[in-house]
Amino acid sequence: MTALLTIEGLTKAYPGVVANSDVSMQVAEGGVHALLGENGAGKSTLVKAIYGLVRPDAGRMTLGGRSYAPSEPREARAAGVAMVFQHFSLFEALSVAENVGLGMENPPPLRDLARRISEVSRTYGLPLDPGRRVGDLSAGERQRVEIVRCLLQDPRLLIMDEPTSVLTPQEVDTLFSTLRKLSAEGTAILYISHKLEEIRALCDAATILRGGKVVGECDPRTTSAAELAERMVGMTLTQPKGRGPEPDGVLLRVTGLSLPPASQFGTPLRDIGFVLRAGEVLGIGGVAGNGQDELLGALSGERPSAKGTVMLGGTDLSRAGPTLRRQAGLLTAPEERLGHAAAPDMSLTENAAMTGAARKGMLRRGFLDWGRAKLFAQDVIDAFDVRTPGPHVAARALSGGNLQKFVIGREVLQDPKVLVVNQPTWGVDAAAAAAIRQALLDLAAQGAGVIVISQDLEELLQISDRFAALNEGRLGAPVPAQDLTVERIGLMLGGAHDMEVAHV
Amino acid sequence: MDLTSISPTLLIASLMVAATPILLAALGELVVEKAGVLNLGVEGMMIMGAAIGFIAAVESSSVWLGFGAAIVGGAVMALLFGVLTQILLSNQVATGLALTLFGLGLASLLGQSYAQMKVDGLARLDFGPLSDLPFFGRVLFGHDPMVYVSLALVAATWAFLRFTRAGLILRAVGESHNAAHALGYHVVRVRLLAIAFGGACAGLGGAYLSLVRVPQWTEGMTAGAGWIALALVVFASWKPERVLLGAYLFGGITVLQLNLQTAGARIPVELLSAAPYLVTILVLVLISRRGRGGGAPADLGRSFHASS
Repeated sequence: MTALLTIEGLTKAYPGVVANSDVSMQVAEGGVHALLGENGAGKSTLVKAIYGLVRPDAGRMTLGGRSYAPSEPREARAAGVAMVFQHFSLFEALSVAENVGLGMENPPPLRDLARRISEVSRTYGLPLDPGRRVGDLSAGERQRVEIVRCLLQDPRLLIMDEPTSVLTPQEVDTLFSTLRKLSAEGTAILYISHKLEEIRALCDAATILRGGKVVGECDPRTTSAAELAERMVGMTLTQPKGRGPEPDGVLLRVTGLSLPPASQFGTPLRDIGFVLRAGEVLGIGGVAGNGQDELLGALSGERPSAKGTVMLGGTDLSRAGPTLRRQAGLLTAPEERLGHAAAPDMSLTENAAMTGAARKGMLRRGFLDWGRAKLFAQDVIDAFDVRTPGPHVAARALSGGNLQKFVIGREVLQDPKVLVVNQPTWGVDAAAAAAIRQALLDLAAQGAGVIVISQDLEELLQISDRFAALNEGRLGAPVPAQDLTVERIGLMLGGAHDMEVAHV
Repeated sequence: MDLTSISPTLLIASLMVAATPILLAALGELVVEKAGVLNLGVEGMMIMGAAIGFIAAVESSSVWLGFGAAIVGGAVMALLFGVLTQILLSNQVATGLALTLFGLGLASLLGQSYAQMKVDGLARLDFGPLSDLPFFGRVLFGHDPMVYVSLALVAATWAFLRFTRAGLILRAVGESHNAAHALGYHVVRVRLLAIAFGGACAGLGGAYLSLVRVPQWTEGMTAGAGWIALALVVFASWKPERVLLGAYLFGGITVLQLNLQTAGARIPVELLSAAPYLVTILVLVLISRRGRGGGAPADLGRSFHASS
């Protein structure tokens, strides 16, 4: 096979960090090439350079035999390179057709464009209504908008940055069928992910990045997932272990919890009910935007609910705010690290005091004892191996994985009766994720109840005792996790929606 | 009280004149906010337009050169704001307030020696027999050219935002500057252009005050019109046609309460003077409540800095 894209000696440095150092690789024409690496390995910088969003300091690229150095995305698109972004590059208030038109060089008039969108989306099994507002679409549908936008430009190279993180397993299957069909038609695909099984199922070549350097090339179809993981991380990973005693008494009982959506594009909660026992990990899975944030908000006390809906032990906490709930032992760690779980510009000490003040005895007649707050922050740093110069550092300065260890550790060390976490390992490297999962299991083993809301199904299978699916604000009945497979969970999550396999 | 002294024809004709400065300024601010920028300096840019326009008209003895100078002056003021907020990333609210204070001060300094002078305002256009029609002749065909320019600008802005690709890009930048940047659009350039347009409109609106409506230069003559324009944009849910409605409503009640005062209505003068503000805001709030979500651009007022 001939090479479509070659990269030689590409280097890009930012102040204080070399994102890409002397990276060389080739993508074959019509091939599906995986780019593997941990967070911060330099994958994103590399594809941004290919898409013209970042100008490399050194190195050269060729596309289809010709020298290729795009200075802006427009040039990349003109050369036949299209990209589906990890965080969607969509405009919620605009229609599907307008969103597609914005990503094209010379879009036809809106009416013709709408017709072509319908055509292409039907051909590839990605049904879309061009007139709908993107803000009203599900995550899976939004991704279809991005993909259709790329397909309308007949790309020679399609870059996909972590495309499956928001999809159900069935949606992933449909996506893979579409990608295989594209590849058979001669479009090369550069596929970025850290989900190894997906890469083994889809890709025919792989480049592994670590610390901005290429550490290896391999054929993922013949390499085991464990070997790929080790080369990616640079060390052997251990699976979290240690089930606690059998769950016993009921700690938290939620019944008939309903809430209207908090915002225009939010999801309502509909009649949610479950019980959580001491020593148990309850996994709640779901595709993004099905009520995860709303459920966390209802449990944390950010949004009060009707009387009698949230009971901790014998106490009704439904109308209580976050502080009262924390005092009672119901602690939460929301998904968004910067801005929700932690205040970005405040120090770790201040952030520790914000949720830990009451339970760690930092309050004296309404005044904060900063000495204790600092000790507590230092405890969290030590116990959870947070890599930082000290508790005086601003939360913003920590890497994603380190800050996540800090915000989870801050709650774990307050001896919660019940801990609710949302996406505890999202965007966190494998080593930190393993540490966080272990900490949650240890907490349950000590007799606390833990609720893990996550979109990572492997993670939920690994650590939950029982699993329940959240779908459009409804929570299904929890089932024991040991009987489950990823496929079965997929069906519980609402299955394939209206996606269908390409039929051309 | 003698209500018969109020002629509906004259009332409507003069409300259009009274509303034009606010309409122009609000239209400019609407485009700026659609691009995701909150410029609170409308009042400052308006009064600068009023001062510069008046001075230029006196010096050149041409009202049209006055309007031209006001457009340039307003745009330059706005670009000052643009460079500070878009390139130097200063806070938009603080910079906008500073721009208003700066404009008020600079305008009274510049206008000091022009306070007693006069200009010939704009003559009404003569549409021949059309202008002689009863009622419609005066209301539709009896205005100065700037009234028609402002109405044309409303239609043009509406069509630009709704139908053109440039308008779509402008809205996209206001909705999500990060997504627009990722697709390769020049966020800062689009915003600077929008800011300049907003300043030009505000300047034009100010000049209409000092050259046509009054026509004279007095210190602080905008008297809060810029703030009304800002409020109109919000209550009009960022829709040009509703800005037109709001501006004419405001102008109408302003003229009506003046007429009521002369007719000797038994209502406290203070209440009458406050009526335009109260009624305009009330009506537009009721309208915008019916629509969903208000329609504010999602990235309104947020600074954009390309991270990579």
